[in-house]
Order: sequence, then C-alpha cells, then structure tokens
Amino acid sequence: MSENNSSSSNTILRLQDVKKYFPVKRDLLQQIMRVGEQQYVHAVDGVSFEIEQGKVFGLVGESGSGKSTTGRLGVGLLEPTEGEVVFEDVHLNNLSGEELRKMRRYMQVIFQDPMASLNPRMSLGEGVGHGLKIHRLVNSQQEFRHRVSEIFEKVGLTPGDAYFDRYPHQISGGQRQRAVIARALVMQPKLILADEPIAMADVSVKAILLDLMVQLQREFGLTYLFITHDLATAKYICDRIAIMYLGEIIEVGDIRTVYTNPKHPYTEALLAAVPVPDPRFRRPAPMPRGEIPNAINPPSGCRFHPRCPIAQDICKTEHPRLLEVPGQAGHMAACHFRTGDYIHLDPGPLINMNVAMVE
Amino acid sequence: MSLFQVVPDHSQVNKQEIILSIRDLSVEYQTRRGVLSAIDTLSLDLYKGEVLGLVGESGSGKSTLGKAIMRMIPSPGRITKGQLIFKNQDLMAYDENQMRDVRGKQISMIFQDPMTSLNPVQRIDNHIIEAIRVHEPNISKDEALSRSESLMERLGIGRRRLKEYPHQLSGGMRQRVMIGLALALKANIIIADEATTSLDVIVEAQFLDLLRELKDEFGLTILLVTHNIGIVAELADRVAVMYAGRLAEVANVDELFHNPKHPYTQGLLRSVPNIAMDSQDLYRMDGTPPNLVMPPSGCRFHPRCPHVMDICHQKQPWLVRVDEIGEGDEQVGGYDKHLASCWLHQEYQGATQARRY
Repeated sequence: MSENNSSSSNTILRLQDVKKYFPVKRDLLQQIMRVGEQQYVHAVDGVSFEIEQGKVFGLVGESGSGKSTTGRLGVGLLEPTEGEVVFEDVHLNNLSGEELRKMRRYMQVIFQDPMASLNPRMSLGEGVGHGLKIHRLVNSQQEFRHRVSEIFEKVGLTPGDAYFDRYPHQISGGQRQRAVIARALVMQPKLILADEPIAMADVSVKAILLDLMVQLQREFGLTYLFITHDLATAKYICDRIAIMYLGEIIEVGDIRTVYTNPKHPYTEALLAAVPVPDPRFRRPAPMPRGEIPNAINPPSGCRFHPRCPIAQDICKTEHPRLLEVPGQAGHMAACHFRTGDYIHLDPGPLINMNVAMVE
Repeated sequence: MSLFQVVPDHSQVNKQEIILSIRDLSVEYQTRRGVLSAIDTLSLDLYKGEVLGLVGESGSGKSTLGKAIMRMIPSPGRITKGQLIFKNQDLMAYDENQMRDVRGKQISMIFQDPMTSLNPVQRIDNHIIEAIRVHEPNISKDEALSRSESLMERLGIGRRRLKEYPHQLSGGMRQRVMIGLALALKANIIIADEATTSLDVIVEAQFLDLLRELKDEFGLTILLVTHNIGIVAELADRVAVMYAGRLAEVANVDELFHNPKHPYTQGLLRSVPNIAMDSQDLYRMDGTPPNLVMPPSGCRFHPRCPHVMDICHQKQPWLVRVDEIGEGDEQVGGYDKHLASCWLHQEYQGATQARRY
C-alpha cells in the first residue's frame, strides 16, 4: 500500500470543494409580492476529486445526483458557485472568457444524443471539423478535409473521405455517435467529458461504441471523465469511479475495490440493483426505501439517511465526511459506520456482494 | 457459482392454457419508399400466468407486436394478415366497439412514460375508482375508495397519495399506479412496453420486485417488451427474441441464456456488459439492423451472421424445435419447447420436414 492521496504530477484535472447552486425560480405571486426566500437547488455540493492523466474516471449516480453538472463544471462549461477547478495547473475560475475558450480545445465533450450535437445543415465533415476552423488549426481547406477524413477512419467511418460530404440524417444513429466521437478527437484533446455517450444506442451498437472508446483512449493516451447511470458499463470502461448522491460524492475508489468491497450503503444498494443478464442470479434484497429526494432542501446530516437501512440517530444530525477506508489507500467513503469516528457502530455489510463469475 | 443461484420458477404458469395465440401475424407500413415489413408472419403463444420476455433492438418489431395485439397500429401501418386468438375468439374479427372493451379492460398496456396514460387533471383516486367500476358498476363510493386505499398500500405508495394528481407523483410511483390500474381492472394480460426504461436503477429494482410479488399473488400474465436483457433474465419465465420483424428464438429463460441456439441471440447476449463478470470481452456484432423496406433475402440476419451459409441467402429458415424431442411430444407449440429459426439447426428434424411453429 502506498502513500497518501495528495496531488501528484500526473493529475490532469482536480476539483476542490466545488459547489454549484442553481436559483429556483419563484412563482409569480412571490415575485409580485416580493415575498418568499430565494431557494437554491444544491446540484453539486462540495465535490472534490482528481483525475490522473491517461485514465478513465467514472461519475455514477441516479438522475438528480449532480453527475452531469459536475462533469460540466469539470470542463469549464459551468462556472462553480464556490470551489476550484484546476486543469493541468490552470485554475479555470481565473480565466477570462477568451482564455477559457482557448482551453476548451483540450477539453472536448461527447453527449448522449448525437442528433442534438451535430448541425443538421452542415455536412459531417464541416460539422465535425468546425472546431479546427474556429481555433485556426488548419491552413487550407485541403488540409482541413484531410485531417477530418483521417479522424473519420479512426472512428470506423471508412472511407473517411466519403463520409465528409454526407449529412447527419443520412447515416445511422451508431454512425452519428461515431461522428460525435470524431469531433471530440479531431481537436487532439487531453480530456474528454463523455456524458452518457452510449445510452441511446442499441445493445449491439453499444458494445461496439464502448469498445471503440476504449481503443481510442489507449491509442491516443486520452483521459476520460465518463458519466453514466449504468454500473455495468462503468465497470467495463472505468479505472476509478466516484458514486454521487444528491450533489455529493459518497464513495470513490478503484473500480475493482469499489465493486467488490463497497463501503457506503448507497453504493451497496446501487450495485445490488443492477439487473444481471443471467437468470440464475437473483438480485439480493433489501432495496432502500423511497427515491432520491429533491436537492432544494437536502436531508440533514447524511443525505442518504432517510433511505438508509442502517441509519442511526447520528446520521440525522452529523454530516459524514469523505474519508479514507482504513487500510485501503485511495478508497474513500462518506459513512459514519464505515469511515471516521463511529466505525465501531458498523452493523456490517448490508448485502453480500460476493457475486461470483458466471461459468 | 454464486450465492444467488436459483432455479427459474415456473410454478405459477399454467402450461396447458394458452391465453393468447398470435398466428401468422404480419404488420406492414406504407412508406414513401415502399412497403415496410415490420412483422412478418409471426406466431407466438402466451400462456396463462407466465411472464414472456419479448426482446429485440429498435426496429425489431417488438413494440409493434405489443401494439398489434391491442390492434392499435397507427396509420399508415396495418395488420395485413394473421389471427389473434384471445379466449378462443379471434380479435381480428372484432369491430371497434368490441375492441374497446378488450383494450385496457382485458389487455392492459403499460408504457415507458406513464404520463401518457394517466389523465393529468384527474386525481389518482378517480383513476382507480373508475377502473374498479368497470367490473362492478354498482359498487358504492365508500367501498371503491376503501379498496383503492388498500390497493395503494399494496403498491407501496401510501393511501394519502390518492388525493394527488399524477404530476405530483414520482416516475416510479406513477408506474406503480399503472400496475394498480391493471390490477383493479382485473386485466387478463398486461403488456409492459419498456415500462422500467425511464426509471433509475434502484427504483427499477423496486418496481421489478413489486411486479414479481404481484405476479405470484394474482397470477398475472405479462408480456414484457424490453431491450434490456438483464430485466428479462430477472423476471421472465420464457423469452422470445425478435430480429427484423421475425422471431429468432423462443425458449425458457434458463435455456435461452445458457444454451442459445440462434447466432443473433448468442451475439446479443455476449454484447451486454455484465456486472457480475470479473472480466469480459464484449462481442462486437457486425453491421446494423436491416432496412425493412428492402429486407435481406432468406434469413434476415444473414448479412451480420458469423456462420452464414449459401442457403441463408436463399431461403427463410422456419422456427423449428431445436431441443431433444421426446416420445409423443410432437404437438405444435408447447410451453417447454426451445425454438429457433436458423439453418444451422434445421437438420434437427430434417429441413424438409421442418415444422413451423
């Protein structure tokens, strides 16, 4: 076991106590009467993590957990309410609009819906290569066409030159998502935010896209911030993973450690809830009660306590910090009974996670 | 081997009683580019008390089949041939009035987005009471209300939610209400079309648990239409795999997952990330699903099939039995039979004698 988790030189992206609050629109009556307190959605509430160069870092959670907002904060698409976002030793918060725009070249994004990401009136080549022109990275149309066609071939749109003049509506959904991946790649980025990049694809296409992303990541030494709600997909692609709940990271660690030895009860429940494509497995009970509460008035203490099967009084009042799991460097969890001062009260794991391999 | 290993339980299924028999059903859509063959001469039986998983990718025709059973194919689509034998009557012979009595009341459908099925200006109690009154028009208001309350408790929503409107409930609760309506209506068949797709993983698991309990408690018959193979593995007794408007394979869930016969099924199962596996190489299936205006000749899967042979280009394989055939075990259909439509397996009964199921 090695040292602490201080910032190493390999860190490409670091978020430090990042918060993002969105104001809630007051209703008409409140606006006219000028009454009612301004409320905020605590979308991201004090998130810290680091991504190592060349690794795939997963952000996993249910809808409303703040994973997408965190991703957008990480690549400077949103400005944090509080906290620091540091990309390669550059503090994004201090940058002017123009400086940030220049940085964006190195931080590319792949979203879920390729049709929403590609301009239907631009040919694929022009749309995918648009960034090259914006950032003046090519000198001639010939060079432009060459660069874009080359990337098309990398993502499996072959022959690349033939795809250059086609339009988004003329190709299949899987091919469109390849084009979106190409658009990110063509900028030669250092970091790619992939926000549910394969969620819309069909099962057989999903596998192909996922595999393509793994291949490209290795070939170009890319770093991914990979956002997904699908824990099986995360297991396939991620090196490290952070589990989010109501705007907070409640567990983070290497994918294997977290999946085989989850510490937070929410992580346990999440892992146990994933349907296994094998009828001989039966999901273990119990599931936690209820659903994720809204983020305007998050529960006191531990935000998971109203749903937690092992919650005790302490959980209602005291907010658990994200602390290292004893004896497991790099594995952190925010649960009173699994890390920190109340560890002696641990009632033991909720669910036996010892899921064996399918033979 | 895992701690969770269980043998699939078919105990609730009445293997003798076919509640719905789809015979040689074809659905076509008139498009500008020609006739799109969405479902091609498909036959499938639904047994009383079973959960039949209907799996396929988009464009496979699985949702179309669900809608066809209700005779709700939107124009310009139409059922061009076939029979839908429900309770010994052919639904295809029903007029609109008779069908209206079937839809919802006898065959209920649950969609991905429950808001499309719930009336936004009606409270939940009105929805449920109306459903109860379908079978018992003379029930008193008090009696109907008290039954609604116990139904809500059974669904795990809580009776105080009865006074709320659909938009005040969460997505998971709305899907529970949809199941509750089907129960109140005493529907013979529930068609769940991607019913859990918009739910988060924990809410989905809760919903599946509830569905399993209710299925055993009320002996529900469910056609589970989904692209999610994990959900089928979890809930289905039997599985039908669709590809390009035809059935590729039909088998009981354990057999399908552990002894798949059709190359499409085999590929599909291997291309799904499995959280329970230690390490996994995902299988990459070549190509994309075909354009059904001009479907491939012969077997519609042949352009993507790793085992393609000459005959696959030329002739369509029938859905035939691929399991061991016992004595006096020859009747058409049959709950326990493993069927596949692939030339690799037609020799089981000899291609010439191959029997269509």
